[in-house]
Amino acid sequence: MKKVKSLDDLKRMKEGLQANIALREKSEHPEAMTQIKVAMATCGIASGAKEVMDFFITNLAKRNIDAIVTQTGCMGYCYAEPTVEVRLPGQDPVVYGDVDVKKADEIIEKHIKEGELVDGIIPVNYETIDKKYSGGI
Amino acid sequence: MHILVCGGTGCHASSSNLLLENLREQVAGKDLAGEVQVIATGCFGFCEKGPIIKIIPDNTFYTQVQPADATEIIEEHVIKGRQVGRLLYKDPVNKEVISDSRKMGFYKKQIRVALRNCGFIDPENIDEYIAADGYSALGKVLTSMTPEQATKEIIDSGLRGRGGGGFSTGIKWDIARKVQADQKYVVCNADEGDPGAFMDRSILEGDPHSVIEAMIINGYCIGADWGLVYIRAEYPLAIERLKTALGQAREYGLLGEDILGTGFNFDIEIRYGAGAFVCGEETALIQSMEGHRGEPTFKPPFPAQSGYLGKPTNVNNVETFANIPVIFNKGAEWFASIGTEKSKGTKVFALAGKINNVGLIEVPMGTTLREVIFEIGGGIKDGKKFKAVQTGGPSGGCLTEKHLDTPIDFDNLLASGSMMGSGGMIVMDEDDCMVSVARFYLDFTVEESCGKCTPCRVGNKRLYELLDVISKGNGTHKDLDKLRNLGEVIKDTSLCGLGQTSPNPVLSTMDNFWDEYLAHVEDHRCPAGQCKDLIRYEVVAENCVGCTACARNCPVNCISGERKEVHFIDQSICIKCGVCFMKCKFNAISVS
Amino acid sequence: MGKLKVKIDNKLVEVEQGTTILEAARKVDVDIPTLCYMNLGDMDIEHKPGGCRICVVEVEGRRNLAPSCATDCYDGMNVKTHSIRVMNARRTVLELMISDHPFECLTCAKSGNCDLQSTAIKLGIREINYPGEKSTYKPDFSPAIIREMDKCIMCRRCEKMCNEVQTVGVLSGINRGFEAVVAPAFERDLDHSECTYCGQCVAVCPTAALTEVDHTNQVLRALADPSKTVVVQTAPAVRAALGEEFGMEPGTLVTGKMVAALRQLEFDYVFDTDFAADLTIMEEGAEILSRLSRHLSGDTSVKLPILTSCCPGWVSFFEHHFPDLLDVPSTARSPQQMFGSIAKTYFAEKIKTDRKDMVVVSIMPCVAKKYECTREEFSVDGNPDVDYSISTRELANLIKRANIDFNKLPDEEFDAPMGESTGAGVIFGATGGVIEAAVRSAYELYTKETLEKVDFEQLRGMEGIREATVDFNGFPLKIGIANGLGNARKLLDEVRSGKSEFHAIEIMACPGGCIGGGGQPLHHGNSAILKERQKAIYREDANKPLRKSHENPSIIKLYEEYLGEPLGEKAHHLLHTKYFRRGRTICIEPDVKEAE
Repeated sequence: MKKVKSLDDLKRMKEGLQANIALREKSEHPEAMTQIKVAMATCGIASGAKEVMDFFITNLAKRNIDAIVTQTGCMGYCYAEPTVEVRLPGQDPVVYGDVDVKKADEIIEKHIKEGELVDGIIPVNYETIDKKYSGGI
Repeated sequence: MHILVCGGTGCHASSSNLLLENLREQVAGKDLAGEVQVIATGCFGFCEKGPIIKIIPDNTFYTQVQPADATEIIEEHVIKGRQVGRLLYKDPVNKEVISDSRKMGFYKKQIRVALRNCGFIDPENIDEYIAADGYSALGKVLTSMTPEQATKEIIDSGLRGRGGGGFSTGIKWDIARKVQADQKYVVCNADEGDPGAFMDRSILEGDPHSVIEAMIINGYCIGADWGLVYIRAEYPLAIERLKTALGQAREYGLLGEDILGTGFNFDIEIRYGAGAFVCGEETALIQSMEGHRGEPTFKPPFPAQSGYLGKPTNVNNVETFANIPVIFNKGAEWFASIGTEKSKGTKVFALAGKINNVGLIEVPMGTTLREVIFEIGGGIKDGKKFKAVQTGGPSGGCLTEKHLDTPIDFDNLLASGSMMGSGGMIVMDEDDCMVSVARFYLDFTVEESCGKCTPCRVGNKRLYELLDVISKGNGTHKDLDKLRNLGEVIKDTSLCGLGQTSPNPVLSTMDNFWDEYLAHVEDHRCPAGQCKDLIRYEVVAENCVGCTACARNCPVNCISGERKEVHFIDQSICIKCGVCFMKCKFNAISVS
Repeated sequence: MGKLKVKIDNKLVEVEQGTTILEAARKVDVDIPTLCYMNLGDMDIEHKPGGCRICVVEVEGRRNLAPSCATDCYDGMNVKTHSIRVMNARRTVLELMISDHPFECLTCAKSGNCDLQSTAIKLGIREINYPGEKSTYKPDFSPAIIREMDKCIMCRRCEKMCNEVQTVGVLSGINRGFEAVVAPAFERDLDHSECTYCGQCVAVCPTAALTEVDHTNQVLRALADPSKTVVVQTAPAVRAALGEEFGMEPGTLVTGKMVAALRQLEFDYVFDTDFAADLTIMEEGAEILSRLSRHLSGDTSVKLPILTSCCPGWVSFFEHHFPDLLDVPSTARSPQQMFGSIAKTYFAEKIKTDRKDMVVVSIMPCVAKKYECTREEFSVDGNPDVDYSISTRELANLIKRANIDFNKLPDEEFDAPMGESTGAGVIFGATGGVIEAAVRSAYELYTKETLEKVDFEQLRGMEGIREATVDFNGFPLKIGIANGLGNARKLLDEVRSGKSEFHAIEIMACPGGCIGGGGQPLHHGNSAILKERQKAIYREDANKPLRKSHENPSIIKLYEEYLGEPLGEKAHHLLHTKYFRRGRTICIEPDVKEAE
């Protein structure tokens, strides 16, 4: 049985538990956070998107980077799967194509940490997920 | 990924518990338990479209989700990342689909302080509350503040009682703190009685620990070691959640003896009310808790001097308590920065009536009625015209168009002839007859008066009878004079808040809709076409095609006529239910 | 704390902290009308629920009107008791009250004696502007009290008396709003409740919602029946209060006029319950001494204290609330019942009349006596020992109906033999009187010495609970006295828990004893009246040539000719009784089980 015997106990407990709801807290203000969306439709999964997503989740945590990793549907770039959208706070989103684990590592180290764009950006008139859906289904 | 499923009473009633089970089954069956958590939370407030689920982190907001939808949500949204379009929210005015809850008009202007954890954490899990800063205010108060300092923090925050009175919470605590006694009590008033109001229920269902934490802090401030929650027995879910929370808090040692090793003791027991409106009045509540007939006693002595069992007692309402922990966590200054000069913080309202987005909302004090009704509430249903809004429940008054831009706070509402009350807000449109509205509220007050004092016991009954006569078209100008005099005398002479405010719906509708009263009296006409005795349903011969729809649906068989011939309504039998009017597709039934 | 300066209707008054506006106003002769307020200061009974709202006044700077009975004065307060706002409000509230009241004044039992009526007269109500639905209730007829709740104005005074003063707990507010009414639990009849019929509710009811069962017509019929011999007995407290009904000052003794009036009403024999009170002392005194000496000699089967049993309200109370203590009270019947029993045996034999041709009427300050004389154990083959018990108020009504000018009547003497009494019998009417009378006789029987000073001042008074020790020639006899059933409960709880140190306890159900009985002229909340009645009782005692019960020659003769010895077999049969375990359960049929 857990007993909270002092304020320090409580603080320690809170630190331990915070991760449980961190995701919800972050999602309240996603614009203040780095967001990574991995396209996880059939095409993406077939090309190894799941592996990429897992890599992001574990390595961002390992490297102490506050970010939200979410999955999204097909972004329409099936030719370049797996695709990953990265949005730094206050910036426009950028979509990378053909992301593998190595590329993901590069994105974390260069784009997310340093703010430098990495090769492999799908340039043209991309649409963000939001725009695509807010048009009505 | 977190899937938050609303477990408030409203959604619960629409089988959200089945939905929750199905989602969990799906998650387990598809081996997603590692990545997806399904969490039952408190109320999201958007009860109009329940059951609600919200998917984190992308904030996808699904409405009116049926248990059978679980499979699709898991397969499409969770696995494939595709939103389930048909379950997304569609703006009732511009028909735009909005997937992100933060972009919905309903949520845009809301600031959730008292409701901060409702729809955010699992109310049955103390760990989630602790993770969300829970009990840290208690820790701070017990270890680093004297009762006097902590009370001062509440005074400085400017928090005023949310149960209706609007008295400064801090000063109330301070009075109870200064009284010398061997025993004091903290009481949480969860006897929510206004028709249509359910903020207290939602808080207890969605975030019971915040109330518990606040009561302990209150106990520390005034020197009480015992708390009681007086809750109406009609709130089974809230009672269950509260019991669970109390058990968990006790298990964690946050309730009981030597809390957080500070030597401070406090525990809480639950008392059940039988659903009497008057027991929301604090002295009646105390009488009821003591096992007496629930009727108010004369003040002074105030409960802070002589309350439960004759001991100094501080009574606060659920919503008031829910604000307390945040004030300590974020500071009195932060709290006082929200709201208007004399009304700080936010207020929860139960939005109901002829409005698109019915539900529970929380807005900063100072938000205008227009913002609440037309932006958050999404405007009037079916594109009808706004007529009035009743605030403050049966004790409040009806406000009109001209009050729409008044910033909502305690003093402004009072000045407009209504009141804050506990936060009921009922919107009426052009089809609502204000004489009937006043009569409806009086019917409620007549039922709920305790019967102790003459003006409330007999006077309200007579007010009701006068309104009834007027709504039947039999009223006279003299009756209108009587109505006003009687209303004013009842306000002036009644013992408690119930009687002192019960004529408000009559007096405010007389002030704001005098023409409508005159129409009933002088022309024997109900402009809104609601008063049954003043309307007639008739067949418009030139439009009637003889489809027999009206005759088939008439519950009293008062419509006759052969197929393809003009029908006839027998007025002597007609009960004016209006079914024929609704069923006719050819505009062949008129109301006059 | 200094005095507060308060202005009421432009009159300055200085009052102590904690004084209400109503009290302050009365000091400067401003008479604010009230209906629910009741203050029996001397008995520490105060009722100010603030419910009727008739006493509202305007206080400068206050948002709404203040109920003057429940609002404390503060320094610099400026009060207006007759501003147009107050007058309109007060009048409207009263009209509301009357709008839910039957317009039966002409035929109402309380007409002319009704607080609602007198307030309506005072406020000049000529029409009801707010007529509407009236609440209607089935009248509830019990053996002693009638409830007609149509006439209730929800002042809740009866509740105060029943619950807090008497702790009987039968009457309380039930239902809500317009349907709210004062009633026994589950709206059962009084007859099916644990009501003791003490009548204190009747004594304080401002209207006719609670009245006594009226037996005057039966009495008139008996008087008109030539085949009946009608015997009347008058209780001691009646003579000290009856005059009030004829405009006399409270405390006027009207013994002689009362006797004359009863003769003019053509009662065949006008006797005195005081005679039976002396008889009660013979039996009860003997019982006290017997139990005391057996107890002192070590007989553990004998319980002490011994409790008096003359008061039927009190008897009902312990049967309902202390059924485990049925062996504690004396078994002596009350004076009313001893009188009836002797009248229909000893006296019937003397005048050679069959008991069936006799009608015994008692005039009592009491409502419970009506119930007592219906108890089965007090009848022989269905013929009750006392046929009708009527209250002081009913007697006054009979006298008025018979066109008798009471004030001009000569003083007359009671008939013999059952009209002869001592001062000890008279003081039965006041709290402490029964035990004082018992002490006067028991002292002489116990010590075999003559008691020189018969006035035991330490046993007299108005306080709810009193205790005294009387020196029985070296033996300290410890005596407890309680008046009001709430006070009785306190002493009984001590007896039950074995903590009581008293040898004997006197209990009277009504505050002040029989002088404050439920059948007395209404005091309308003025407790000074009770004090005057008490003084009158002791004055009558002091004026009697004989003041010890055992010296009453008619009593001595009764034992010689008929009864034999106190506590003897005949006395046991005629003068003693048994008690019943009644309990507190509410059931369809009253749960009456005979005690072992």
